[in-house]
Amino acid sequence: MEILMILTVGVLVSVSTYLLLTKSLLRVVLGLLLLSHAAHLLFLTLAGLKEGAPPLLGEEAASYADPLPQALILTAIVIGFGVTAFLLVLSYRTYKEHKTDDLDQLRGSADE
Amino acid sequence: MNNLVLLPVLIPFLMGVILIFFKKNIPVQRYISGITSSALLLLAAYILYVIYQDGIITLELGNWPAPFGIVLVGDLFSSIMVLLASIVAMACLFFAFQTLHHDREKFYFYPFYFFLLTGVNGSFLTGDIFNLFVFFEVMLLSSFVLLAMGGKKYQLRESFKYVVISTFGSMFFIIAVALLYSVTGTLNFAHLAQRISEVDPANNGILTVIAILFFLVFGLKGALVPLHFWLPNSYFAPPTAVAALLGGLLTKVGVYSIIRTNTLIFTHNQDFTLNIILILAGLTMFFGVVGAVSKFDFKRILAIHIVSQVGYMIMGLGIGTAMAIAGSIYIIAHNMIIKTALFLFSGATETVTGTTNLKKMSGILKTHPYLGWLFFIAAISLAGIPPLSGFFSKFALVLGGLEEQRYFIVFVSLVVGLLTLFSMVKIFMYVFWGSPTITEEQKKTKVGKLLLPAIPLVIISFLMGVMAEPVYLLFEAAANQMLDPSIYINSVLKE
Repeated sequence: MEILMILTVGVLVSVSTYLLLTKSLLRVVLGLLLLSHAAHLLFLTLAGLKEGAPPLLGEEAASYADPLPQALILTAIVIGFGVTAFLLVLSYRTYKEHKTDDLDQLRGSADE
Repeated sequence: MNNLVLLPVLIPFLMGVILIFFKKNIPVQRYISGITSSALLLLAAYILYVIYQDGIITLELGNWPAPFGIVLVGDLFSSIMVLLASIVAMACLFFAFQTLHHDREKFYFYPFYFFLLTGVNGSFLTGDIFNLFVFFEVMLLSSFVLLAMGGKKYQLRESFKYVVISTFGSMFFIIAVALLYSVTGTLNFAHLAQRISEVDPANNGILTVIAILFFLVFGLKGALVPLHFWLPNSYFAPPTAVAALLGGLLTKVGVYSIIRTNTLIFTHNQDFTLNIILILAGLTMFFGVVGAVSKFDFKRILAIHIVSQVGYMIMGLGIGTAMAIAGSIYIIAHNMIIKTALFLFSGATETVTGTTNLKKMSGILKTHPYLGWLFFIAAISLAGIPPLSGFFSKFALVLGGLEEQRYFIVFVSLVVGLLTLFSMVKIFMYVFWGSPTITEEQKKTKVGKLLLPAIPLVIISFLMGVMAEPVYLLFEAAANQMLDPSIYINSVLKE
């Protein structure tokens, strides 16, 4: 199971790296989105995957999955959602103002 | 157990929420935010006083005992940082009253200003590394909005890059936290420090990797060379009040986190980590100031100077003695205050001349002498001329470096000090000397009100220089508290 998860993380990271290096605004945003998924999956895997362990239900449980990483990932997903929503709006406004989504044309430090 | 340390996080958060309801009513927004930020300043001073008298304050949120629940911890270093942040924030707020366009004020400038403060104060006071991530995100999201607000062409595209780079850094933060959790099984600062000190020294390579990963994450937020490339453009884009606020606060949160994690948690292999920090400190100082020397724009020079000063701040950590770390705290304090003042002066100059390009300005000293001389005091303070605060902060750093026989970094820091003086004198010569070229109408522009928020900052810098002895003793107490992690661990875990 760990091997499969790590392979998934690897594929996600490579795809997101490719997208982050492209010139289109929207693809960069998608790249960040995939990178955040990779980070969350990696967190889940690193914290230890257990087979057949239910969530923590009572104090007497014989075996249970560690609830902390799940809580942390949930928090991180919510934050990531907020940031992505903001980033999408920002990239749309940037596109509308500049009439282009090519990052090559958004370079340089000259004002206007 | 003391609720006091929660207040600097809670008050700005609640005020930010309340201010959203007064969207249209600008005078009410101004009164509420002015009063709140003054109250926060007094509160921060009181917290520092209490912690200085009684030692570290901890608060277990929701009454969950320490390693399991989230704790807020106020020690001397974090309370000094909260106090400095309140001073900077208040000066920027009063400057914003004078300069900000009404549209910005209507579109939630003040709520996001307070949310930013929530994130900054939370990052300083938290005692849990995942909670640090959350407060970082609160702070970053508010800074995204503050940067992009206004929607000018240049601003939008620079904000986009800033958001992408910050979010990229945050992903690495999550990965670093994941690695740390899988190795140690805890996220509480004190508990982490305890567990890492128990690890067999021969077998801690993975911890060193994690330490460097965290250093890179915080270095990206703190704008260390070679991760500083985003800073000059994104701090140039927004209006001066916002640039001063972000320049004064955001990078310092990164620096604070670097110092906190490397003095408290990752103390297992300091020969290696501190050397890397020292090398990057030298590079940061040097390349930052070279960038400043080459630019001909008032705001851009100040923005890239932030990078150079961050180098000084972590240089003390890299040397690692009590005196050097006290020097680091001294230079953080000095720099937050004086850099904000300089940004405000650049805003005042821009109001007079309508430009930030040095080559288009001349002879402001004749028409606006107070602005000129106040800028001059702040500029030579930044460069480190006695008896102002810049001199004593660098003095402590250099002396700390000489005691440890780190001659090369001391040499670099002195050369950088000289180049800082050069770039500041360059601004002074271009902007304030020469014959006035501005129009009659511009000559009559009153800047008195714009200078009011900056004058207290210059006075504070002057006092920090004249009363260097008590100020230095306070910072040295903070440094000694950090160099003995057992104090922190005992007060959080209560063993």
